[in-house]
Amino acid sequence: MKSKLFGPATIAAMATLGLGSLPAMAQSPIKIGFVSTFSGPQAAIGEDMRRSVELAKEHLGGKMGGKPFEIIYEDDTFKPDVGKARSEKLVLQDKVDFIGGYIWSNVLLASLKTVTDEGNTILVSANAGPSQIAGELCNKNFFSTSWNNDQTPMAMGEYLQKKGVKSLYLMAPNYAAGKDMMAGVKRTFKGEIKGEDFTKWPDQLDFSAELAKIRAAKPDGIFIFYPGAHGVQFLTQYAASGLKGQVPLYQVFSIDAITLPQQKDLALGILGAQEWVNDLPNDANKKYVADFKKKHGTYPSFYGAQSYDAIMLIASAAEALKGDLSNKDKVRAEMKKANFKSVRGDFKFGNNNFPIENFYIQDTVKDASGMLTLKTVATAVTAAVDPYASKCPMK
Amino acid sequence: MDYLVLQMLNGVQLGLLMFLLAAGLTLTFGIMDLVNLAHGSLYMMGAYIAWTLIGWTDSFVLGAILALPATFLLGIAVEAVVMRRLYARDHLDQVLATFGLILFFNELVRVIWGPAGKSIAVPQFLSHTVDILPGVPYPAYRFAIIAVGAVVAVLLAWLVARTRVGMLIRAGASNRRMIGALGINIELLFSLVFGLGAVFAALAGLMAAPLTSIKIGMGDDILILAFVIIVIGGIGSIKGAFVAAMVVGQIDIVGRAFLPDFLKTFMSSAAASSAAPAISQVLVYVLMAGVLVWRPTGLFGQRN
Repeated sequence: MKSKLFGPATIAAMATLGLGSLPAMAQSPIKIGFVSTFSGPQAAIGEDMRRSVELAKEHLGGKMGGKPFEIIYEDDTFKPDVGKARSEKLVLQDKVDFIGGYIWSNVLLASLKTVTDEGNTILVSANAGPSQIAGELCNKNFFSTSWNNDQTPMAMGEYLQKKGVKSLYLMAPNYAAGKDMMAGVKRTFKGEIKGEDFTKWPDQLDFSAELAKIRAAKPDGIFIFYPGAHGVQFLTQYAASGLKGQVPLYQVFSIDAITLPQQKDLALGILGAQEWVNDLPNDANKKYVADFKKKHGTYPSFYGAQSYDAIMLIASAAEALKGDLSNKDKVRAEMKKANFKSVRGDFKFGNNNFPIENFYIQDTVKDASGMLTLKTVATAVTAAVDPYASKCPMK
Repeated sequence: MDYLVLQMLNGVQLGLLMFLLAAGLTLTFGIMDLVNLAHGSLYMMGAYIAWTLIGWTDSFVLGAILALPATFLLGIAVEAVVMRRLYARDHLDQVLATFGLILFFNELVRVIWGPAGKSIAVPQFLSHTVDILPGVPYPAYRFAIIAVGAVVAVLLAWLVARTRVGMLIRAGASNRRMIGALGINIELLFSLVFGLGAVFAALAGLMAAPLTSIKIGMGDDILILAFVIIVIGGIGSIKGAFVAAMVVGQIDIVGRAFLPDFLKTFMSSAAASSAAPAISQVLVYVLMAGVLVWRPTGLFGQRN
């Protein structure tokens, strides 16, 4: 009996010791988890991110700091609870060194503590940037290669303010990011807000009631945030309502390389703000966009660009440490340097580990081959710091 | 006043679309005693099939018309392959199996049409707006939805009230076992009813497509609302589904159009605009709870 009781524990101890002393340990790959939406209506975004991650892997030759690396993709199915469970699996079972990805603010908020509190995993958000994490919830194990949610609409608001737009009507879905987006545009746009509507997320398909309200309110412009498939719906109904041509539309995250094939000509001439555009003239971006286009026949989206940067940021830290990720303080210090060629151009990290970066105004145009794409038309703000950085206790 | 008319029209249009979806659901639930969670998948398949057919025929109307028999056949096939095995089982088994069907159809769409979603353009001859009152334009396409929805509702009412098949359907809704005992070919009736439900769902899906875009899982979003409608209207009652759909359509629009302004009279603007969508979402369920207390079998349900 006694030996039976002690059996499993002894074997476990032996196994641990044995593994720890194996020289092969140095050869074990760097593990990177990647959480995104790979099924359901928003799967196209996840697919675009995966393509960019795979392209980054190809550009790195499959190695970081001399070590091979593997990427484990997990599907959050567009639900916070599932995203959290998948993140937990990556941290506890796969014991990954990094987790990248996260499209949705609500999924990221649900998963944040699971990942960062374990201590051995560093989270790199390739899209979601909820205000909470930029402010009081900021964490040394969290980095962003995107933005804080408020920043893109702030850039748009700033541009509209300068352009002399007198009044706006605001619309966004009723969830974490939607609230940040509305708050963001109101920070910089000082004209009159004729009305604002939060719509049900993610199941409101019909915007007829809101469009009728806009018609009655007669604003100078409409500002919207409808990511992914919802952007397609909004644009179609906006065009059908007859408001197009009467009240101009301005958007954030509602027209991108993924939605354009469905929005088609309806998107032409609608301005938006973004921190990255496919035509930014730096070498890293030219290579990324050209290779992506060659492989997939389409332009990458900003989701993809941010995912590409997330892998490149991780690689820069692994390179600097020659593949030895055992000292997490050193890993964090190297990541904070942002010492890599970002496709948006060089940037610095602020105290809250969010980028200090430029934002551009983009328009929808047709390229030489007649394909719809986005084009930089102006720089809205330079070296922007997000408005929550001062609330973050980190230095 | 203009604004009110506009919003009421929006409510009617939404209600008619919901009615098409709920009609099939209430028939299958009421007559076949089948809880079909995959009804939303038929809505989605209708839109995707129409997208393909519109691409082939290069005509919205032709593609849409061809999509209806195609989804009828799909409905018959689903009934024969899956549903037939479920009639004798309890509702929980049916929920489980039809939930599996949802996953199956979502994955099937991903394999055939890809994850990216599709869009059908509003047909050219309906892409303008019509002035309902001087200076108040309304999209012609939404008018077309109202027209088609109304025609289908009338046709369905005629079918149920005036034809032999309708008589069997009504008989089936009030006492399923009895019509079997009377020698009616239940299997054929069930196939027909299920196929008919699939056609209505597909019609709703393809008409909604130009407004809402076609995507994986598009039917799952509104299936719950369709269930609420048939519970309010009374399970098995077409008339009930129609009345409930119109009421729910108006409540949804009123909630979105007028509630924020009403809340703003005694709340801060930010709180009001984020509370309003939540409250308008709940209103429908409050109505359902109220109806269930007052008439447990729904507005037009059969009393036992």
